Amino acid sequence: MKRMKRLPLNALLGLLIVGAVVLAAVASHFWTPYDPLRINFGARLKLPGGAYLLGTDEFGRDELSRLMAGASTSVWISLLTVTFSIVVGSIVGVLTGFLRGWTDRIVMAFNNALLAFPGLLLALGLLAVVGANPYGIILALGLAYTPSVTRIVRGTVLSLREKEFIESSRVLGNSELYTMVRHVLPNCTAPLTVLATSMFGWVILAESALSFLGLGVPPPAPTWGNMLASARPFMAQASYLSILPGLCIALTLLGINLLGDAVRDWLDPRMKGVQ
Amino acid sequence: MFRFAAARIAMAIPTLLIVAVAVFVLIRLIPGDPAQLLLGDLATPASLADLRARLGLDRSLPAQFGIWFGHVLQGDLGTSINSGQDVLSLVADRFLVSGRIVLVAVALAAMVAVPAGMIAAWKQNRAPDLLLVGSATLLVSIPTFWLGLLLLLLFGLKLGWLPVVGYVGIAEDWKNGLLYLVLPVLTLFLHEIGVLMRMARASTLEVLRLDYITHARAKGLSERAVLMRHAFKNAFGPTWTLIGLVLGNLLGGIAVVETVFTIPGLGRLLVDAIFARDYPVIQGCLLFVAVVYVVVNLVIDLCYPLFDPRVAVE
Repeated sequence: MKRMKRLPLNALLGLLIVGAVVLAAVASHFWTPYDPLRINFGARLKLPGGAYLLGTDEFGRDELSRLMAGASTSVWISLLTVTFSIVVGSIVGVLTGFLRGWTDRIVMAFNNALLAFPGLLLALGLLAVVGANPYGIILALGLAYTPSVTRIVRGTVLSLREKEFIESSRVLGNSELYTMVRHVLPNCTAPLTVLATSMFGWVILAESALSFLGLGVPPPAPTWGNMLASARPFMAQASYLSILPGLCIALTLLGINLLGDAVRDWLDPRMKGVQ
Repeated sequence: MFRFAAARIAMAIPTLLIVAVAVFVLIRLIPGDPAQLLLGDLATPASLADLRARLGLDRSLPAQFGIWFGHVLQGDLGTSINSGQDVLSLVADRFLVSGRIVLVAVALAAMVAVPAGMIAAWKQNRAPDLLLVGSATLLVSIPTFWLGLLLLLLFGLKLGWLPVVGYVGIAEDWKNGLLYLVLPVLTLFLHEIGVLMRMARASTLEVLRLDYITHARAKGLSERAVLMRHAFKNAFGPTWTLIGLVLGNLLGGIAVVETVFTIPGLGRLLVDAIFARDYPVIQGCLLFVAVVYVVVNLVIDLCYPLFDPRVAVE
């Protein structure tokens, strides 16, 4: 427990950044300096400073308000996506580890084939089917990242199912499924926490990449990715529009990466110092 | 060695088959008549009937897959709804553009990142390590499409050294063609340095902690000999594997960079096809990239015994 006494610098910095992003996301539901969607052609492409702290975009919308609203979009999409992957992956992992035999072989062959497929590409393929909208993204990215969860949970289930404390649960007369959920699944918490932390980063990056490509959350709803895409034609006149949303994505990812490294050091001391 | 190669190749075949099934099923999940989807809204009843017969759409789903897979094996991926071009040649042309950028960027990044990561591990928790790890973490946190925009802003708009939009093929005009490739390659290069350096550092750290390194040092070998002869060679393995994954992942992820620099590559082709609902092209791109990904990782694995003979023995 000595490790917990002092937060390492990277954890502190990561927590601060991620905390600020979550705070901005939550705050945007109650207050933003201006309405992030209100168009005001009288205030087009205003430079940062004055009434508009971070300037305005090509439709005269306040950049700061849009960045805050964008934080909210990124945060809730990644929360739902990661939850989806963890829940679906855990169910499949527990079931295959529990049933074993042919079900396990077939599901795992499919799982490994999906793992042998670039995540973003899988998401693009799925988006072609489900369509570009927030729920489509959550489904596509969620399914794309589920195989990693399945592999970890199944591995833990297989390694634990013959251990004494699992055996004693069976001897006590608990059903196999109860034993799995009550005693085996909690043992997946540590590796899953490590995975989930990095998954937040992947999803935020993938969501902004998809939005940047125009396959994500459709405008006028602001996301950091689609704000970057729409800033591109105005790069010469209003370079801050190309800089600010990207800075938000990069800072968030930096925070998550620092936090992820710290979480891994903490939960998996074997990997301490190893990145 | 031969058995290792044969086993590794045999492992890739089921993966490819499952990928083919997945790509086939994906298009069948879309509601509507597959023939109509594949030929577009402007198709004539005659051509629709022709395609239905050709794809065996009146038969069972497994039979349909068999027919489709037979076409795929013969290199027939259909024709694009939008351009009417043969999908395979379209995809292969665009792949050459993307593949060149990805390959050059990753090769250059590996040359910088692998030694840097090893040095960082050697100097763990000291100034050079903190500096290198700090910059690597910063580099992986910057999304490629933003990095690309920043470089474009600096070198294209502010300094005016490099062209901002457009693309010229190297084959048509190699001098200008190269100029257009500088920024996209630089973008991916910088990003991948971060990814590979973190991996190289991690695997070197793991090796440096092993007993045989302590033994080598205890024997009185110079630090240089310990590192060069014993540590680095073993530490390279995981990074080498990661290079394969990075190459494949970039083929999926390069779409954003191609969008920033308006490069007609494979990623852009896929995204445009998704917009246009050009299903034969979508199917072709997904299948092609998946095959390239599996083959690249296969080649990477087959090269592994060259610097770590233990793998082939196991």
